[in-house]
Amino acid sequence: MKENAVLELHNIYKTFPGVKALQNVDFTLCEGEIHALMGENGAGKSTLIKVITGVYEKEEGTIYLKGNEGEAHIHSPQDAQNLGISTVYQEITLCPNLTVAENMFIGRTKGSITNWKKMNEDADKILKSLDIPAKATQQLATCSLAVQQMVAIARAVDMDCKVLILDEPTSSLDDSEVRKLFGLMNDLKSKGVGIIFVTHFLDQVYEVCDKITVLRDGKLVGEYEIENLPRVELVSKMLGKELDDLSDIKEESVVYEDKGDEVPVFEAKGLQSDAGIKPFDFFIRKGEVNGFTGLLGSGRSECVRAIFGADRVIKGKVKKNGKEVKISKPLDAMKQGIAYLPEDRKVDGIVGDLSVRENIILAAQVLRGFFKPFSKAETYKLADEYIKLLDIKTASADTPIKSLSGGNQQKVIVARWLLMHPEYLILDEPTRGIDVGTKVDIQKLVLKLASEGMSITFISSETDEMLRTCSRLVVMRDRKVVGELSGDELTQSGIMKTIAGGKQEEIAESSEEGGESVG
Amino acid sequence: MNEKNKTGFGSKFTKWFGRTSDTNLLLTITIVVFFLMYLGAIVFQGQGFLKPQTFFNILNANAALIITSVGLSIVMICGGIDISVGGVVALVSMSCAVYLDFHGGSIIGAIAIAIGIGVVFGVVQGFLVAYLDIQPFIVTLAGMFFARGMTTIVHTAPFNVENEAFVNLKDTRVIVPGFGSYNKLGNYVNAYVEIGVIVAILVVILFFIILRWTKLGRSLYAVGGNAQSALMLGINVRRTRFLSHLICGILAGIAGFVYFMHVGSGSASHASGMEMNAIASSIIGGTMLTGGVGNIIGTFFGVLSLSTIQNIVSSAGLDQAWWTGITIAAMLCIFLVIQSVVISKKKKLLTK
Amino acid sequence: MDSTKTKKISFNKQLLIPIAAIIALAIFNLIVDPSFFKITLGTNSAGNPVLSGYLITILDYGSELAILAIGMTLVTAASGGQDISVGATIAIAGSVILRVLCGNNSRPDTLQAPIIVAFLVACVVAMLFGAFNGILVAYFKIQPMVATLILFTAGRSIAAWINNNELPIISEPSFGYFGGYIPGIPIPTPFFIAMICVIVIMLVLKFTTLGLYTQAVGINGSSSRLNGINPQFIKFLTFVILGLCVAVAGLIKVSRLSTINYSVIAKDIEMDAILAVALGGNALSGGKFNMTASILGAYVIQFLTTTLYKMNVNSEALSAYKAVVVIVLVVLSTPVVRKKLSQLWGKLTVKQAVKEVA
Repeated sequence: MKENAVLELHNIYKTFPGVKALQNVDFTLCEGEIHALMGENGAGKSTLIKVITGVYEKEEGTIYLKGNEGEAHIHSPQDAQNLGISTVYQEITLCPNLTVAENMFIGRTKGSITNWKKMNEDADKILKSLDIPAKATQQLATCSLAVQQMVAIARAVDMDCKVLILDEPTSSLDDSEVRKLFGLMNDLKSKGVGIIFVTHFLDQVYEVCDKITVLRDGKLVGEYEIENLPRVELVSKMLGKELDDLSDIKEESVVYEDKGDEVPVFEAKGLQSDAGIKPFDFFIRKGEVNGFTGLLGSGRSECVRAIFGADRVIKGKVKKNGKEVKISKPLDAMKQGIAYLPEDRKVDGIVGDLSVRENIILAAQVLRGFFKPFSKAETYKLADEYIKLLDIKTASADTPIKSLSGGNQQKVIVARWLLMHPEYLILDEPTRGIDVGTKVDIQKLVLKLASEGMSITFISSETDEMLRTCSRLVVMRDRKVVGELSGDELTQSGIMKTIAGGKQEEIAESSEEGGESVG
Repeated sequence: MNEKNKTGFGSKFTKWFGRTSDTNLLLTITIVVFFLMYLGAIVFQGQGFLKPQTFFNILNANAALIITSVGLSIVMICGGIDISVGGVVALVSMSCAVYLDFHGGSIIGAIAIAIGIGVVFGVVQGFLVAYLDIQPFIVTLAGMFFARGMTTIVHTAPFNVENEAFVNLKDTRVIVPGFGSYNKLGNYVNAYVEIGVIVAILVVILFFIILRWTKLGRSLYAVGGNAQSALMLGINVRRTRFLSHLICGILAGIAGFVYFMHVGSGSASHASGMEMNAIASSIIGGTMLTGGVGNIIGTFFGVLSLSTIQNIVSSAGLDQAWWTGITIAAMLCIFLVIQSVVISKKKKLLTK
Repeated sequence: MDSTKTKKISFNKQLLIPIAAIIALAIFNLIVDPSFFKITLGTNSAGNPVLSGYLITILDYGSELAILAIGMTLVTAASGGQDISVGATIAIAGSVILRVLCGNNSRPDTLQAPIIVAFLVACVVAMLFGAFNGILVAYFKIQPMVATLILFTAGRSIAAWINNNELPIISEPSFGYFGGYIPGIPIPTPFFIAMICVIVIMLVLKFTTLGLYTQAVGINGSSSRLNGINPQFIKFLTFVILGLCVAVAGLIKVSRLSTINYSVIAKDIEMDAILAVALGGNALSGGKFNMTASILGAYVIQFLTTTLYKMNVNSEALSAYKAVVVIVLVVLSTPVVRKKLSQLWGKLTVKQAVKEVA
């Protein structure tokens, strides 16, 4: 084991049926270090964490812990806890109806009798030492989310942990609460605790971390000291694209023929929903394809959900063809001709037990109205049409959609919204989990529909897909819109630079170095 | 929004309101409501209610309900529900009656039967809910029908128990010194309670202690508050759920014997609707249906509130059978609404 | 790939469950006492021809359950829970009918209003109580079984209060037709009423999107919402529809006796209604449903009840037997048990296959 390493993982392998979640991953965490673990969707971050915390068992590889002779055997969350690895999850895993003190000690005290006085005193001591603004006797639910998060950390810390894992701790915190959290983390750092910080927020990583480990597609990309990794490079490593201006193949970028004084089909000003994004403006023109880009968690889906009325809209105006319209729920949007393919098809997209054809006709049926159901013959006809059009592989139109493969399920949902013949189609990650051939088909379909006059918003984690189809890209970072690119700006490097943001010198530096990666 | 309330009683109340736990808040409401009701009873019905014996008679008549309500509160705090308790009480009464009169059994034997029946129901229901993940309502609904059915299978016709030892036990009066009063003839009559009341009070105290000071008790609250979190915190959720049903079953068995001591007979229509009364008492006492909130003292007052209403209704000359049903349901509805309004107001107070 | 071929196979496998149960019960009765199946044509007290026999009893009383099963299926499908207040609300509906027909006199010589008016008032009242349940479940998000506990507790009391706790008796003979026999028609009227209800719901399911929306909401409320459906309203609507079913069942019930007994009427009928839905192969946790299967399930439950009666099981003990059936059904449908059973089945079929290969 390395000198002051507190946790070391070597050659970790973990597979699930059909998926190589982790391949030959190494990871080292040192004492008194805040180490960021980053990667896009499917990179393997959460799998790695679950291997460390004993939720999953690794197939191959070794784990070493400081103070442990030889290999550490972690087969359950209890094991991990006993070995000094504490985890604080994104959702608060505490009981809101119990007091702060109880939440800190429940489940790990010896003996069956609760000594309230001692428990409260001990809790107050810890709260004070970590400067957490809460009383031991307070009911947890009466504390703000940030404080609850800190209580969870206090519990983890009190268990004399060597390794503290924070999984997306800042997702539901506002700026001042994030400050408090960072203060706490630095405090722990000075006490020698090793902290793994899993997050999507770039700015926060650069503010508080010492090292960054990047994963991509289950493999280790590298471990870097924070001073040695400019933001742009970090972004490029996460997305797997090399930052090299010269090697940028100038593909024919999609250009939108602006007919000058045309009123946008849809326009939104100061739109804000209760999903936590900063208010934004938006517009799209007839036959235009635009996209929202940014790292996972930057708020892309939240923006389009606000446009569709899927989340509760707090502020803002929406106009269609220049006239103000009210969109407060999905049906309103649908009536205005907007269709939305959600990002999470399992939770928001498919209706599992219903058949393929029922899923296909659903949205169109709702638009038709309660008293005008499609006849069975009609549903079969429509379903067959789209099964053929999108090459959906299913035993029959009556197969329950949940038994289709993920890619085919996605195609059914696409069919559903196409059937509605929308004026404005929003596709949120339509190509996720689909085979390469169909990915291309969908992109071709998008361009075809656009040429026929449909307005489309295309969101994808694969930036080259968006570059091939979109004529305009809205760039997002940390839940707010940070830029808009069109025309010549539509290049990989252009996107990454805008996502990365940061000091101007950083960007200049990295362009000079020509994108050499360190570490 | 709180600027107006910066000083004075208003702001102090708001602060206390925001900071006190859900359990304490609801308990306060319950006790206040009970005292108001009893005061109302005294004011409107006068005479009768001023006598301490009236209060003791409420306890006498409801000892079994107190015990079943404690059991139900425990299950509800853990996030479940048990509507078989009334059926179990009826089954226990009938079984003990048959045992004492037809098989010449002993009191000890009868008590053993009572607890045994309770254990069986508790174990089976607990297993189905905790380890097979079946919804508690369905399991205990079936349990209720099974218990009621079994009662008639044990013996069809209702009858009074004539076993001497038992009748003596039933008629035992435990004198409560100092609360006696003068009857119409001018003689001093001591206030008394039945043995069942002593049992009920012991149960209340015992489980108050268990819920507040033992690991099991705190686990019940944790699992009811957020079962997923409780699991992550290292609590054995399945075992806790199982134990909550087991306790409720055993208490139903004990309540069955207490009820039996009070009525002295076996009948298939005994304890009809007791489960609903127990649930209502728990909710009025501040136990939330959603779990994680509740306390035994509140449940105790909930039972008292319920019976006070029944007393008011009957002494007002209204047809008891029907009016109590409506008033209990109305109280239940009101308290459910109060619970959700109060809790949501509290949430709003915090998030801005 | 042509889906029109699959259209012709409209027989739903779900129907096998109640059909299997019917066959099992039929065989059981054949073995024990074939006279169970005897139907005799006789005359009733009014001198009209009537059919009687155990099978007729099943058609007669099973029809009440079938009507309830219609509404209960929809409620279960959309909300994943059950309504246990149906017995109590039947008492209310019946009480309303009697009140309208009798006015203030509990033993009137003539009806104070046409029967149709009384029935319509009962429908409105029952739907209002259904709406009460619906609001608690859909908008206050209370579990269906717990929300309906309120009416379960108070319903019969409310029913008694409607008639000032009196027991009105109707002497007009035509009122008895609904729960008994129409002169000249030997088959009990409830059966026809049930068939009318079945036809109505089938038409509604065919000519509106109620079936599709209910299932979608029950399977995935979030997806349904993003498709423009209003999940709360659908859940609310199912409770109101059940209220309508309750009114019809209430009419039949009070018509049988031409009077009412508040604590006895429709006692424990909620258990039977839930069983009917479950026996029809519908998941008690909501989602997809098959209305025909539920209706068949209702008659199956009645078949079971009547069989037990014939074997002289008294009505109180009956509930014990039914409780066991419910538990067995529910246990068999839990994921844990299902997995174990399919593993067992897998092992058995593998052994078969191995034997054949060897």
